[in-house]
Amino acid sequence: MSYLQPAFDLAKRSATTGAMPAPAKPAVEVAKLIDVSKCIGCKACQVACMEWNDLRQDIQENVGVYDNPHDLSENTWTLMRYAEWDNPERGQLEWLIRKDGCMHCQDPGCLKACPAPGAIVKYTNGIVDFISENCIGCGYCVKGCPFNIPRISNADNKAYKCTLCSDRVAVGQGPACAKACPTKAITFGTKADMKKLAEERIVDLKGRGYPKAGLYDPPGVQGTHVMYVLHHADKTSLYAGLAQNPTISPLVELWKGAAKYAGMALLGMAAVAGVVHHAITGANRVTPEDEANAEKLKERKS
Amino acid sequence: MSANQKGREPLRIQRYSGMARVNHWVVAISFVILMLSGLAFFHPSLYPLTGLFGGGATARWLHPIAGLVLAVAFLGLFVRFFTANLPEKGDVAWVAKSIDVLKGHEENLPEIGKYNAGQKAVFWSQAILVTVLLVTGIGLWEPGLHAVERWFGFTASLDQRRLAAVIHAGAAILAITIWIVHVYAAIWVRGTLSAMTRGTVSGGWAWRHHRKWLRKEVARDSSTSKT
Repeated sequence: MSYLQPAFDLAKRSATTGAMPAPAKPAVEVAKLIDVSKCIGCKACQVACMEWNDLRQDIQENVGVYDNPHDLSENTWTLMRYAEWDNPERGQLEWLIRKDGCMHCQDPGCLKACPAPGAIVKYTNGIVDFISENCIGCGYCVKGCPFNIPRISNADNKAYKCTLCSDRVAVGQGPACAKACPTKAITFGTKADMKKLAEERIVDLKGRGYPKAGLYDPPGVQGTHVMYVLHHADKTSLYAGLAQNPTISPLVELWKGAAKYAGMALLGMAAVAGVVHHAITGANRVTPEDEANAEKLKERKS
Repeated sequence: MSANQKGREPLRIQRYSGMARVNHWVVAISFVILMLSGLAFFHPSLYPLTGLFGGGATARWLHPIAGLVLAVAFLGLFVRFFTANLPEKGDVAWVAKSIDVLKGHEENLPEIGKYNAGQKAVFWSQAILVTVLLVTGIGLWEPGLHAVERWFGFTASLDQRRLAAVIHAGAAILAITIWIVHVYAAIWVRGTLSAMTRGTVSGGWAWRHHRKWLRKEVARDSSTSKT
């Protein structure tokens, strides 16, 4: 959601056929890098997100876990998810805290599923943004997303999620969460720089007894513009169910791909068949003999 | 000898009661609303159809409500007409002569009751498709999902909702295709539409297309008028 649209060039636009106009400026892809191994679970990022985007989540009930609020919502665009794991190899309890939120996929499933032109856009810098004034609240983005991120507001029936602070990025700032993070677990920059930084972190982690440390930049969605450094990149599901290799559901691909063309073709053929049939056979008219026969039948019976 | 020569009104046969026509009109109008709004969400090039409803958000709001109206009204049609649509022996012969049907050679066809096999096929396939569309449609509708959760304790998973979306689109396309056939048949077979608008058909129409039904109607009419 963003009411003041940043003046980025568009790379993709929902429910729009044809290519976007060539960008005015060469695009620099940006990325947010979330180093899970550095996160202390302070929730400063959540607070910063609330503050910058002016979001207030209703107070909920404590159910005995640290996750607060319970889930992402139209008013909670980022959420710390706390997972405890008894690492059998190291014989220690590990607290794996993942900052959940929109991953800003290079191939966004939400955008593919969206039926409203321009309700979801992807900028040439990689940020995926929801444009509220075009959103019709159908919830197709929820089905398109491989990460279960968008939420529909009950108040205005529109979809909401992290904007990667596109309004801040437009004026040369980093996202609010990255600015607030006290341990620099969240950093923001060009995607190339973030990958380089991640590489250094992964070398460090490997030297500290995490041989499977790695970068989460899933190729199934052509990479993401929010990436994680994970100590156990081979077991992503440990991190509150993070998908190992997320892809847009084949059901969504079918729905928004072959079904669209096959469906339109079938309807078109049915209409054409009617016209052709009528042109060949002409109208099926009742003849005077039919009327006379009916009259005769009626008279005989009465 | 024609009716006019005798100075009488031409023979009209009552095919549908006033309530049956109202019921069908409710189904017809809600179907058209659902088709236009649904197609707008189905293909981007048809999205401008949402303008008919005052924009995308309104179209999206209206679609499930129209869906509930159609489901209830269709149930009414189902109860009214399902006995007349039960399969009969003559249906096989009718289907076997489908080339004559398409050519409009009614003289080669067996005598037909209130509905021919094609009309019965429309009836039963729409009955199934409306049911499928209702169930999957509730799965695509937040208030519907909430209601199902509250009343039945069933929460649809994301994958189930994705499946619902695909099935809903597919079933809708089939329903619209059958609707095209249904509307075309009513146009091609002249004299049919008055059954929908006024409830009556001409005697000749009944003789030509539904002779068995005409015989029954005439017999019943005379037996009641004699007493």
